[in-house]
Amino acid sequence: MKRSHHAMAAIAGLACAAMVLAACSSSGSGSGSGSTKGALTASAPGITPTTITIGSHQPLTGPAAPGYSEIAPAADAYFKYVNAHGGIFGRKIVYKYLDDGYNPTNTSSVVHQLVLNDNVFAIFNGLGTPTHLAVVQYLNSQQVPDVFVASGCECWNDPSKYPDTFGWQLDYVREGKILGSYIAQHFKGKKIGYFYQNDEFGQDGVKGLDMEIPKSQVVARETYVPTNTKIGPAVAGLKAKGAQVVVSFSIPAFTALLKLTALGLNYNPQLVVSDVGSDPITLAGLLNSFAKKSGSFGNTLINGIITDGYLPSLGDSSNPWIALFKKIHDQYDPKAPFDGNVLYGMSVGYTFVESMFKAGRNPTRADLISAINAGLPQGVSVAPYAYSSSDHNGITGAYMGVIKNGVLTPQGGVLVTDDSPGGKVTAFSTQQPAPPASGIPSS
Amino acid sequence: MTLLRHLAVAVAVAIVVGLLTIKLNYYRDYQIAQIAAYVVAVAGLTVLIGLTGQISVGNGAFMAVGAYATALLQLHDGWLNSLGITGTWQIVVILVLSLLITAVGGAIFGMAAARLRGPYLAGATLMLAVAIPAAVADKYAGVFGGDQGLGVAVTTPGFLGTTFPPSRWQAWLTCAVALTALIALANLTRSRLGRSWRALRDDEVAASLAGLNVARLQILGFVVSAACAGLGGALLAIVSSIVSPGAYTLTLSIGLLTAAVLGGLGSLAGALWGSALFVLVPSYLTNVAQSHGGKLFGLSSGASPFVPIAAYGVVLIVVMLAFPSGIQGGLRRLFGPAAPLASEPLSLLRRRGPASEHQEEDTA
Repeated sequence: MKRSHHAMAAIAGLACAAMVLAACSSSGSGSGSGSTKGALTASAPGITPTTITIGSHQPLTGPAAPGYSEIAPAADAYFKYVNAHGGIFGRKIVYKYLDDGYNPTNTSSVVHQLVLNDNVFAIFNGLGTPTHLAVVQYLNSQQVPDVFVASGCECWNDPSKYPDTFGWQLDYVREGKILGSYIAQHFKGKKIGYFYQNDEFGQDGVKGLDMEIPKSQVVARETYVPTNTKIGPAVAGLKAKGAQVVVSFSIPAFTALLKLTALGLNYNPQLVVSDVGSDPITLAGLLNSFAKKSGSFGNTLINGIITDGYLPSLGDSSNPWIALFKKIHDQYDPKAPFDGNVLYGMSVGYTFVESMFKAGRNPTRADLISAINAGLPQGVSVAPYAYSSSDHNGITGAYMGVIKNGVLTPQGGVLVTDDSPGGKVTAFSTQQPAPPASGIPSS
Repeated sequence: MTLLRHLAVAVAVAIVVGLLTIKLNYYRDYQIAQIAAYVVAVAGLTVLIGLTGQISVGNGAFMAVGAYATALLQLHDGWLNSLGITGTWQIVVILVLSLLITAVGGAIFGMAAARLRGPYLAGATLMLAVAIPAAVADKYAGVFGGDQGLGVAVTTPGFLGTTFPPSRWQAWLTCAVALTALIALANLTRSRLGRSWRALRDDEVAASLAGLNVARLQILGFVVSAACAGLGGALLAIVSSIVSPGAYTLTLSIGLLTAAVLGGLGSLAGALWGSALFVLVPSYLTNVAQSHGGKLFGLSSGASPFVPIAAYGVVLIVVMLAFPSGIQGGLRRLFGPAAPLASEPLSLLRRRGPASEHQEEDTA
């Protein structure tokens, strides 16, 4: 008889849990009625007459958190600014970003929650190549707009397979080509070493580099994985092959580790770093904290690093975009340092608001996709967007620059290119347009 | 009779779960599927610890083995297709194969570990939990897809129609498999093998004097627990549609252990409570933290991502203080007759753990 008591206890408990679960469940969204011209309607999942709810997965903890954890709060700060100044056709943006710790399995879990439970209109700026690859198929199968992924992987540019996914930042192949053409010009005959993250992020970058740098010049190709911080052997490998220039496609923490490990080996090559891992303020902070130093230690170490930038340089305070975002930062996100990550978050937030205005007053999910497919005008970036119905890459070019005293100083003009092996890297001389006076794009 | 009663309980649970998946929203279905995946792994662990008295902090690694087996079998499914095994049946066959592969892994490890006791055994399994994700991410990135991992696809079968929510199908599939596994485990624990395990747990010397083959029983315990972990990992791969090393770190192994302890060591129903808390508590708290603008308890936005983990720890402490024999033990105390002392495996572990070490030291 005792055993059946156990079974009874189990069933009683299960029934309790069932009731709790049922109480938690939310009712499904009401279906949108036919929209009249003036009234704001619940035209799509995540859109009500007063709000637009969007979601994202972000590395708030884990190996990619240093630096990148500032991006979503910065985008949210821009949305708060827009909300305080009339919103999008009067609707306020609700931005729900969840932590995935840069772990693809967590990404899958939080994105399911955002789509199924929080009923978001779109996934916006989901961060990371390995992480977002875990959900891109799911989002497209559910026809959830997957806009402006925070990763330059070529994987997002596949409109036939992933019609609802769009990249935003300069893709890694283009970036590799731009860095590569600079290296081929300025470091003729020098021995080049690659140091890159062993996934589509690093591999795409190397693809672009190899299109421009002669194969014979590349003496070493070393990789790392973000879960393993012991990069000693890789750096030793670069030193042993005598690489005089090291090109790094790495996230900030690993750029800092590369610099410190090389220092420990008394090895001082010229570093050329992808924009992804070169934000001076983040790097200097990481170097100080890794080496347990303070003051100018980090800034001295990163002096002379060559990198590229596709957004205006933070040091250029006369640039109206920088002035606008600095103003919003000081009001809505003052605790974060005004660095490249904050600039990135606000810029991508601006782009989202711009495309939502284009999508119309009572947009469906398909309306947002067609609005971006129709192309977006150049705005926050120094080079135009590639968006069309057959191209889902974002920004197409960047300028080269050198880090001096903690600030990226541009060297020469803006360079643009395409993502094909034959496509030339060419100068782009059109002046970047200024932001609207209100700081908010309009329809 | 035992089989009949287990079947009856399983049917009752299946009906409740079926109603829940239809009644609740799609995200709850997804969570139910996650719980079902974890419950298999936790049940295997709870049998290992509660019945055989061995401890493992490496079952997360066995989950990884099962998950990667599933992903790789699906990636190279040509031979299955040529045998005419496709669609849902292919998933079922892949699940069974993943279970068998992990069972073999468990047998090999069990043989190597059969001489180890208490903390030494825990140390050996700890090595497994640390080594396997690192090997997968770093050393053999070509085969296992590195940190990015491998994708796993599950399609809803045609007869349910194209509009059938995928997460509900996942919940049904995983719950069906989990219930099958739990019935098998329930019968196993009531069988001759289960009784032998208990004898072994209570007194190894007496058990071997009674004619039981201690080493063989211990290895069998590892095989069963590894097979369950492998099946759980395979289910988790199907639920999250990806297998990546980041999901199978030491944290997961420890999480499984805490879930087993929370639910009540040795109890299959306890495995269910433990897994449910393991899945629901962090997700619920993340939501609470979010609805306070990421600033729970006035913490900075940098600290609040860690609140769910900390709160899970608090839940663990509170449950252990209130119900030392886990949630199922607490339920028994509330709803059933007083449980006999012998069914409190925690105290048994305590007796077997450091105490037996001291004895060895004394004789040495």
